[in-house]
Amino acid sequence: MTANLVSGVLQMLLVGAGAPLLLGVVRTLKARLVGRRGPDPWQPYADLRKLLAKEAVVSATTSWIFQVTPYVLAATMLTAALIVPALVARPALGFAGGAIFLMYLFLLGTFFLALAGLDAGSAFGGMGSSREAAVAALAEPTAIVAIFALALRAETTDLGGIVRRFAEDPGAAANPGHLLAFAAFFIVMLAETGRLPVDNPATHLELTMIHEAMILEYSGRYLALVEWAAAMKLFLFMTLLANLFVPWGVPAEVTPLSLLVGLLALAAKLTLLAAVLAVTETAVAKLRLFRVPELLAGSFALAVLAVASVFLVR
Amino acid sequence: MALLAYGTAAVFGLVAGTLGVAGALGHAWTLRVPWLVPLTGLELAMDPLSGFFLALVGAVTVPVSIYAMAYARHDRRGRLAFLAFIAAMAAVPLAANVMTFALAWELMSLASYSLVLHDRDAEESVRAAWVYAVMTHAGLACLLAGMLLLGAWTGSLRFADWRAAAPLLSPGARGLAFLALALGFAGKAGVIPLHVWLPVAHPAAPSHVSALMSGVMIKLGVYGLLRAGLDWLGPGPAWWGIVVILAGSVSALVGVLYALVDHDLKRLLAFHSIENVGIILIGAGAGMLFRQAGLGALAVLGVAAALYHTANHAAFKALLFLGAGAVVRGTGTRNMEEMGGLIKRMPWTAACFLVGSVAISGLPPLNGFVSEWLTFQALLQNARIPSPEVNLVFALAIAALALTGGLAAACFVKAFGITFLALPRSGAAAAAHEAPAAMRAGMVALGAACVALGLGPTLLVPVLFAVAAPLAGSPAPPVVTGWVALSLPGEFARLSTLGAAAALVAGLLIPLALLRLLGAERRWRVYETWGCGRLVQTARMEYTATAFANPFKRVFDFFYRPVRRLEVEVHPESRFFVQKITYENPTRSVFEEWLYQPALEALRVAAHRVRALQSGSANLYLVYILAALLLMLVLA
Repeated sequence: MTANLVSGVLQMLLVGAGAPLLLGVVRTLKARLVGRRGPDPWQPYADLRKLLAKEAVVSATTSWIFQVTPYVLAATMLTAALIVPALVARPALGFAGGAIFLMYLFLLGTFFLALAGLDAGSAFGGMGSSREAAVAALAEPTAIVAIFALALRAETTDLGGIVRRFAEDPGAAANPGHLLAFAAFFIVMLAETGRLPVDNPATHLELTMIHEAMILEYSGRYLALVEWAAAMKLFLFMTLLANLFVPWGVPAEVTPLSLLVGLLALAAKLTLLAAVLAVTETAVAKLRLFRVPELLAGSFALAVLAVASVFLVR
Repeated sequence: MALLAYGTAAVFGLVAGTLGVAGALGHAWTLRVPWLVPLTGLELAMDPLSGFFLALVGAVTVPVSIYAMAYARHDRRGRLAFLAFIAAMAAVPLAANVMTFALAWELMSLASYSLVLHDRDAEESVRAAWVYAVMTHAGLACLLAGMLLLGAWTGSLRFADWRAAAPLLSPGARGLAFLALALGFAGKAGVIPLHVWLPVAHPAAPSHVSALMSGVMIKLGVYGLLRAGLDWLGPGPAWWGIVVILAGSVSALVGVLYALVDHDLKRLLAFHSIENVGIILIGAGAGMLFRQAGLGALAVLGVAAALYHTANHAAFKALLFLGAGAVVRGTGTRNMEEMGGLIKRMPWTAACFLVGSVAISGLPPLNGFVSEWLTFQALLQNARIPSPEVNLVFALAIAALALTGGLAAACFVKAFGITFLALPRSGAAAAAHEAPAAMRAGMVALGAACVALGLGPTLLVPVLFAVAAPLAGSPAPPVVTGWVALSLPGEFARLSTLGAAAALVAGLLIPLALLRLLGAERRWRVYETWGCGRLVQTARMEYTATAFANPFKRVFDFFYRPVRRLEVEVHPESRFFVQKITYENPTRSVFEEWLYQPALEALRVAAHRVRALQSGSANLYLVYILAALLLMLVLA
C-alpha cells in the first residue's frame, strides 16, 4: 500500500516534471542534426511559464466542452502515469485494467480534444479534429494489438506483469513476433504523438497540420495544459516502448536504491530513444495526408501478424 | 390517457424488472396453462438466462415509458401497440414451448411493425415498415423451420425435452437445426448481412420505440442465439462458434463503417446497434468455442462478457435514441448537417448524449469500457485452445474488436460534435428548445445506469458468471472481488473502474491546484473565433459531418466504393461564369448490390415464370385440381 503510494506519486512527478525536458532534448537533438544550434533542452519549461502568465482568449462560439477539455486531457495523462511501468515494474494503478485501460485512456483524451477542435466552429479546428480522429482510429487499435502480442506471450495484460515476465526470461522475447510488435508500436508512437512523418510538430502551415490545427483556438493557461499533456503523451509512449520491449533495469520492488536504478535505466533508454526519434524525424519527409493511413494500415497489419505469430511460432 | 397508458407501461416494466432480477439470481419457476394456447398450451419457465433478459426488458421499459409520457403525449395511435410490444418482449424469454414462443415472437414483431408504421402518410415509413415486415417474417420462417424440424426429430415441442434429446441427434441434423435457428435469430439481432431492415426501421419509428427496439428487441435475437447454440442443442462442434465469432466480427466492423458516413442521426445510431450486436456475438462465439474445447471457466467468461455488453448496450443505446428523439423534436430534422450549437439550447440533452457517446465508444470509466475489456480478456485467453485455426480466428476477432473501438470513438466525435457543438447550421437548430421534464428524467435515469454499470463490475460480474454458468456447462469460476478490484480467474488481469474513476478525478484536481500554485494568470477574455482575416463567422465556414467523415471515406474506399458526381452549369457566354455546381459523393452498399438486388431479381424472374401456370382458364384449373387429387391418392 505505502509502496504503491510512493511509486505512484514518484511516477506522476517524473512524468509530469520530466516530460517537457524529454521534448526539449528531442528538439535540441533535431536542431543539432540539421546543423542549427537550436534551443536549450529546458526551453519547453520557459514556454509553459510564458503561457501561464498570459491571459486566455476564449471564442464566444465555444461551450463548456472547450474549457473542460484541457483538464480532462491532463487528467488522462496523469492517470496514465500511474499505469505505465516507468520507475517500477509494479505500477500503482496496475490493478485498474492494464494495457487495455491505458490505451482507452489515451483514446478518451483524444475524444475530448477532437470535440474541442469542433467547438469553436472554425474550419481549421474541424479539419484538425477530423484528421486526428482518423489517425487515432487507426493508431489506437494498432497499439492495443501490438501490446497484445506481448501480453499473449507473457500471459497477462498487466503492463507491469509483461515487463517482469520478459525481464526474468529474456529467451521468451527472442522471437519474430516481438520484432513485428516493436515496429508497429514505433510507428504508432510517431502517429499518436504527432511526429514526422505523420504530422509535423514544428509547423503551423494550415493545410498540413493535424494536432496544431485542432488546438488552434487555445491560449493562455489552457494552451499550457494542452502542450503539457502532449509532452506527457510523448514521454509515456516512449517509456512504454523502452520498458516493454527492453524490460531490463525496471525494478520490481520499491526501495530507494531500486528507484534510483530504475530512474537511471529509464533516463539512459529514453535518451537513446530520443536520439532515434530525432534521427528518424530528420531522415524522413512528411507524408501526404492520405498516404498516412497506408502507413498506419501497414503497422496495423504488422501488429496483427505479431499476434498471429504467437500461435504459429510457439 | 397518455399518462395512463405509459404509466401502466412503467409499472409493468418495474414488475418485469423485479421478477427478472429475482430470476437471474436463481429464483426459478414454471407456469402452465394447458387450455390457453392450441397444441401445447401456454408454458412459461424462469431460469437465470430468462431472468436476465426479462430484467433487461423491464429496466429499459421504465425510463422509456417516463420519457414517452411527454414525448408521445399527443400521439393517440400507438399506445396499445406499445403496451402489446413490451408485454410480448417480456414473454419471449419466458416462453418454454414452441407455440408460446412463436406467439410471443410474432406479437412482438407485429406490434413493432405497427409502431414503425407510425406515420402512414410518409412514404419513408411505409417502405421501412414493409422492409421490416419482410425481413422479420423471413426470419420467422427460418425459426419455425428449425423448431418444427427439432420437434419432429425429438418428438416434443417443449424446449426442456430438447435439452435431453438433442445430443442424441446426428451431427448433420443438429447442424441443420442450428443453422435455421441461428439465421432466424440473427435476422432479428441485425447481424450482417441480415441487417437491412435495421437502418430503415429504427429512424422511421418514434424515438421511444427506437430505443426499445434497439435497446431490447434486437437483444432477444441474441437471447435466442445463446439458447439455441448453448442450451437447446447443447454444445456444438467448433464451426458453430467460428461462424458466430466471425459473423460478430464482420457485423462490428461493417456496422461502424456504415455509421461513420451516415449523417442521419437516428440511422447512425441504428448502424451502431449492428456494431454492438457484433461485439456481443464476439463474446458469445468465444464462449461457444471455449465450451467446445472443454475450457468451462473461460466459456463462462466469454458468455458473461456478451451478457454484460448486452446490458450496457441496452442502457447507452436507449439513452442515445432518447437523446436523438429530443434533438429531432427540438429541431424538426434528423439530418446532422442542419444541426449544431445545440449544447447551448439543449444543455440537459447534450450532457446526457455526451454520457451515452463516451459509454458507447468504450471509454473508461463508463460501462462500454467494462464489457469491451471483458470481451478482450476472453479473446486473449484463446492460447489455451490447442488448435492453430481456431487461434487465428480469435486473432482476427481481436483485430476487428480493436479497430471497431477506434472507429466508434471517431464516429461519436462526429455525432456529438456536429450535432451539439459550434454554430447552428440552420434556422431550426438556432430555434431549438430543451425537452420537457419527463423526457429529461428518462434520459438522466439511463445516463445514471451507464455510470452505475461502469462503476459496478465488482458486484455485477459474479452475478453474470452465475447466469452464464449453466450455458457454459461448468460451475462459475471464483472471481476474486473486493469492493474495488476484480480479478479474473487465472491471474490474467485485473479491472477496477472505481480505481480508474478515482484516479481520473484526482487527475482533474491536480492541474487545478497546480495552476493556482504556479500563479497562473486567471483572467480570460471572450472573443470571436480566429478566422485568418475574415470578417464575420457564419455556420457555412464550419466543418460539416460529410467533411469530417471524408478521410474515412478515402481510407476505406474499397469498402464504400463512393461515386463522384460533379455537375457544373456555366453561363452560355463563358465557362468561367459558373451558375450552379452540384456535387454528390454517395457510397454504394456492397450487400444491397451483391446480395439483395440479385436475390430480388431472381425472385421476380421466378415469379414471372410461375405466372404461366395462372392462365385464367377455368378448365386448366380443374385439371390442376384433378392432378393434385390423383397425386394425393397415389401418395396416400
